[in-house]
Amino acid sequence: MPHDANSQTSARAQPHGGGQPSVAVLVSMGRHPLTERARRADQDARAVEMALSLGDVQPRLLHAGHFDQDSEAALRGYLGMGFDALELIEQEPGADVIAALCDRLRDAAPQLVLTGARAETDEGSGLLPYLLAEALGWPIVASLASIERIEQGEATLLQALPRGQRRRLRVRLPAVFTVDGSAPAPRQSAFGPARRGVVERIACTSLQDAAFAEWRIQPARKRPKRLKIVKAASARDRFKAAAAKAEGGGGQVLADVTPEQGAEAIFKLLQEEGVLR
Amino acid sequence: MKDDLRRDPRKEWIARNRLHPDHQRVLAELGRGAASAEWLGPQGIMRKDPHRVGFIGPSGIKRIDRSGAQQAATASDIRQRGAAADTRQSIDIETPAFLVAVVPDMSAGRLSSQDRDVLGLARQLADADPQRPGAVLAVLFGEHKEEALSEAGIDRLLHLEGNEFAGYTPEARLAALMAVERQWAPRHWLLPDSALGGADLGRRLAARLGERPATGVWQLNAGTDEAGWQCLARGAAGTRDIQRPLPRVVLALAECAEPVYEARHAARRVELSQALPETLGRITDMGAVAVDPAGVALAEAEFILSAGNGVKDWAGFHRAAEVLQATKGASRVAVDDGFMPRDRQVGATGTWVTARVYVAVGISGAIQHLQGIQSCDKVVAINFDGGCDMVKRADLAVLGDASQILAALVALVEQYRQQQQESRDAA
Repeated sequence: MPHDANSQTSARAQPHGGGQPSVAVLVSMGRHPLTERARRADQDARAVEMALSLGDVQPRLLHAGHFDQDSEAALRGYLGMGFDALELIEQEPGADVIAALCDRLRDAAPQLVLTGARAETDEGSGLLPYLLAEALGWPIVASLASIERIEQGEATLLQALPRGQRRRLRVRLPAVFTVDGSAPAPRQSAFGPARRGVVERIACTSLQDAAFAEWRIQPARKRPKRLKIVKAASARDRFKAAAAKAEGGGGQVLADVTPEQGAEAIFKLLQEEGVLR
Repeated sequence: MKDDLRRDPRKEWIARNRLHPDHQRVLAELGRGAASAEWLGPQGIMRKDPHRVGFIGPSGIKRIDRSGAQQAATASDIRQRGAAADTRQSIDIETPAFLVAVVPDMSAGRLSSQDRDVLGLARQLADADPQRPGAVLAVLFGEHKEEALSEAGIDRLLHLEGNEFAGYTPEARLAALMAVERQWAPRHWLLPDSALGGADLGRRLAARLGERPATGVWQLNAGTDEAGWQCLARGAAGTRDIQRPLPRVVLALAECAEPVYEARHAARRVELSQALPETLGRITDMGAVAVDPAGVALAEAEFILSAGNGVKDWAGFHRAAEVLQATKGASRVAVDDGFMPRDRQVGATGTWVTARVYVAVGISGAIQHLQGIQSCDKVVAINFDGGCDMVKRADLAVLGDASQILAALVALVEQYRQQQQESRDAA
């Protein structure tokens, strides 16, 4: 099985009981894009925020990976959002964490697994939630904006679409949900709770990710801009294309019309474009 | 060949001699009547007769119009005599050595530019070995409005229609893709790595196939040896480049390859040999939700009503935005004068917007503002001054008093909404 080395991770659930669903949040180690310092991952923090907004359920945090100074600093960022403990499945550096996470989730059997869309370190392909869902046989929904309610084994949720639009979905639980930048921003991490929180370490055999070790990884190069290709037969056409101003050109101008006629014309255009809902 | 280079010196001599009695007839015969001042010479070089350029102006002086408006007719003559209008090569691959499957997003029913790029990438893979060419198989779901499928580089087309693919139906689509996998076993699966389109479906497909995909691929390099193709992919939230061998499933970014221009491909329809199995849907799409337009970020809003210095009736403007359900924007002057908050400013110093429809009320169109609305599809200007730059940029400009026009528009839209409500109630 493929996957992210020590980055993505995860959560675990409370024992079954009451009417409240148990929620697990998989958290990973983030990296600041500019300073490269270890921090809580932005999308995972949003997932934690969403889990906290579900009401009186106390979600459990789960992370699988190597434990060292850096990752501790990052993981304590999540604890500072209001948690007493975080479960850490210990893995060697460069390990494929899918199998370990999958076993853990199967044991804990949470109703809901929330996580960020992709990791901020290593491969960061965003495949982990999909592989978990496939292995567990659960449905997966990406790009959540909010969870509206959970009742009778079904979650009603809003999915974020491009252009700020939303779509309502109903999903049978248990399920895996991922959130990205369109979810509500996470709360600040408080220093005191972050220091006091406990990282519960669970030893687990780790599986090396052999393929990943063979790849060449370098800082991202700036992508070349695509050149505008001018397909012109004559020098005049080429000159025109090069000297063209960015204008609309054939726009329609309505002068000397009554306000009603003008409004009519605008209304027709808005209707044709389908922006009037 | 009609345009051979055989020449008749006598006729050419007559054509040159404007005083010869047969001059006009010979000119017509040689295909350069009075209208054409250019012709293809015997050496294959374009010749021009400077005496025939231009026309006699109203004051009796010869004028030459270099804007091209006058010569348009002759240019098309020449093109007609030359090659056909469409010089693109038609390619039909009868027995492909392998298949490269592409699942375009078809957002809004058309191939997006990223879809075209991914198809271009698929062509690179398919055409790598001219002796054993592969074919590009495109899998389309649901209705579409695209007419130029063959021009995008598609050899085989599998069009799956039906209600089970309407809306957000990843499970049904995945089942269909697995049926394609069983029937044709494509060598590569290529999908655009775009939010909620190929990114979601491609990861599902990879997980189901048990393949480790390359995500965020933006470059493809032909390997030197048997190791084959190498790809460059973005990783770690866009901060790393990963160079790795090309896997079976590839999720590619926009501008990963040049789209296909030079050839037409057959786009032959193919069908699945077996009916699709019924899938147990655990995800139900309950439709789009009305969102508060004020909450939508200005940069990604679809429909913006923007106010400038020309707006005097601000209550009317806010009411219009509310009724039209448009996101509010403003020009710099309106923001500086304190009528609108700073985060609503459109333009070079504010937000670069990408709206499909942008209605500018009382905005004259400073160059910084016009830069900010560069990528808007339709611009409507409501303005008092017909000579301003915004009116030149606009697809529809209405000149008049902004507050009256907005009030009339609000009345129209309210009437429209009421009618809709009534028909909904009746149903």
